[in-house]
Amino acid sequence: MTAVTLTERSPGRRGDAFLSVQDLHVSFSTEDGVVKAVNGLSFEVERGTTLGIVGESGSGKSVTNLAILGLHSKEHTEISGEIWYGDTELVGAPGKTLERLRGNRIAMIFQDPLTALSPYHTIGKQISEVYRKHKGASKNESRDRAIEMLQRVGIPNPKVRVDDYPHHFSGGMRQRAMIAMALVCDPDLLIADEPTTALDVTVQAQILDLLKDLQQDFGTSIILITHDLGVVARTAHNVMVMYAGRAVERGTALEVLGTPRHPYAWGLLSSIPRLSSPVDVPLKPVRGTPPSLLNLPSGCPFHPRCDYPQLAGPELCFNDRPELSPETGHGDACYLTLKQKQEIFAKIKENL
Amino acid sequence: MSLLELDGLTKYFPVMGGFVWKKQIGNVHAVDGVDLVVGSGETLGLVGESGCGKSTLGRIAARLHEPTAGKVLYEGRDISHLSRRELAPIRSEIQMIFQDPYSSLNPRHTVGKIISGPMEINDVHPEGGVEKRVRELLEIVGLNPEHYNRFPHEFSGGQRQRIGVARALALNPKLIIADEPVSALDVSIQAQVVNLLQQLQRDLGIAFLFIAHDLAVVRHFSQRVAVMYLGRIVEIGDRESIYERPRHPYTHALLSAVPEATVETEQRQRIRLAGDVPSPIDPPSGCRFRTRCWKAEDKCAEEVPPLLQISGNREGHLTACHFPEEPTTHGDDVVLDPALA
Repeated sequence: MTAVTLTERSPGRRGDAFLSVQDLHVSFSTEDGVVKAVNGLSFEVERGTTLGIVGESGSGKSVTNLAILGLHSKEHTEISGEIWYGDTELVGAPGKTLERLRGNRIAMIFQDPLTALSPYHTIGKQISEVYRKHKGASKNESRDRAIEMLQRVGIPNPKVRVDDYPHHFSGGMRQRAMIAMALVCDPDLLIADEPTTALDVTVQAQILDLLKDLQQDFGTSIILITHDLGVVARTAHNVMVMYAGRAVERGTALEVLGTPRHPYAWGLLSSIPRLSSPVDVPLKPVRGTPPSLLNLPSGCPFHPRCDYPQLAGPELCFNDRPELSPETGHGDACYLTLKQKQEIFAKIKENL
Repeated sequence: MSLLELDGLTKYFPVMGGFVWKKQIGNVHAVDGVDLVVGSGETLGLVGESGCGKSTLGRIAARLHEPTAGKVLYEGRDISHLSRRELAPIRSEIQMIFQDPYSSLNPRHTVGKIISGPMEINDVHPEGGVEKRVRELLEIVGLNPEHYNRFPHEFSGGQRQRIGVARALALNPKLIIADEPVSALDVSIQAQVVNLLQQLQRDLGIAFLFIAHDLAVVRHFSQRVAVMYLGRIVEIGDRESIYERPRHPYTHALLSAVPEATVETEQRQRIRLAGDVPSPIDPPSGCRFRTRCWKAEDKCAEEVPPLLQISGNREGHLTACHFPEEPTTHGDDVVLDPALA
């Protein structure tokens, strides 16, 4: 693990941000009650960088990104807060505005390429459809564009494969086709929701490298949602750790994975076995289970699973939800003082 | 002593084709000539990518499938073609843990009924009654014995997997075949279940055939590791040999593809394999890895490389390759992907 001094970064990150999410709340009404999936989340994405969002299932990472795209059903979802994409506010934006952005300026890659592609249409048709809609291109132009994109994402023999159906493609190739479809209009922002979770490790490595290379060529910003810290370490510039609908830690990849400050981030890092970790000691999992979003614990939602409420002050932890601080740079939402965090981290560092 | 021995194990699944009149047009070569030994009390990890036949292998070992050819020996006895009735006494000694804790538990049965199911089927009457034994099992796997009457939907994913483990333990098995037991679980829960399995292995001396695609989890859990590719074992050996001194190019590629949760300050040298695993319906001749291998030569297409101990390898570390790699984990940065070159 690389040692990094815990100095604050100079503010100014907000200036470069072209996507800015402010105090986002998303909740769903269900038979059992109101599910608060996202609960006061704020973050920014800078141009041309990758933000990795890590968290366990139910932490609100996918819900956040569906909110950016405006894909939640209006009847069953309550969304408040602000999402700024350049000068456009997306939460209250009319459907037409979002439609013009989706697939054009903001694109998404889904986890399972088999269910995200239509089995009834050829790969080429599905890619060129987006291009025709947004760019007003002719049939032939868009077909050429589809072939060009397939070539770009590394599909061999694209002139022939463009007329294939999704079932002719293997898992890795389908995901490449999805990426081609997402990038066909040269978007500013690409949201990749667990893009490699359904793939094998060797194919996963190919896809991650491809995303990285394409980012360098096109200057696309990427939001990469994953539960795999290894994937984040390999691709992301900035990392946000989510727990129960909020960010609990944020910073550069080196800061968050190298010198994590939040007890949940420590727990995540200590619970994964590594290729170099000692084998005869048991893993150190986070105890307990993730909270129910119907009935969040009071105060800091992580306190039932945390080892340090006594140290940080139980009244605070049990009653008030901590804010992410400082506002820019490497921040975390925990009542432990910076000094305490540094001391604890120095002690447990060996085991992470 | 060997508890389970697989000898030239082969399983083909027929592929049917044709309209109206179905006829067999080919075979899926799921497992093709695998030799494997699991000693009693030992953990053997089985890694490989999806479609390499590792789950099929596990299912044949539990005799849920009948092998097409080859033998399954359990405690020296050939069980490969036994009938249901003949298998019954052996079934209780080989148990399985499944990947998906949601679909592997019957939602209409209480936890008590699920865990006592194996005892009922095998007509086992534990001392003090079935209920007492179930409560005991719940406690062993770290669940509250009071939850005896609850239904699976009342539990989280990690807790459900514990129920699956308790069910596997109900008959005091000697061998547990765990097919991706933690891959459906969240990171923080994964570690809890791995720790539980490891503790059971130590306390009860159960042998495990641990099937997973996560190399780090397998390394943590298994004393010996076998690497599978397209129905064959390409490399097998003790944990240290496989992870520190692998010889097969595929093992090298797999290890270098694992994303580690550490930000690399300098570029790690990596092997990036091109393409996907070929179809098991029509696998490549000779060495099956040759279509993606950077060292492949004519010989690889003509001759099937035998699984041998290469000079310099430890006892029991076998590799199936004509042109093995140097026994280090840091190879050259090999780029095989045309899109990335």
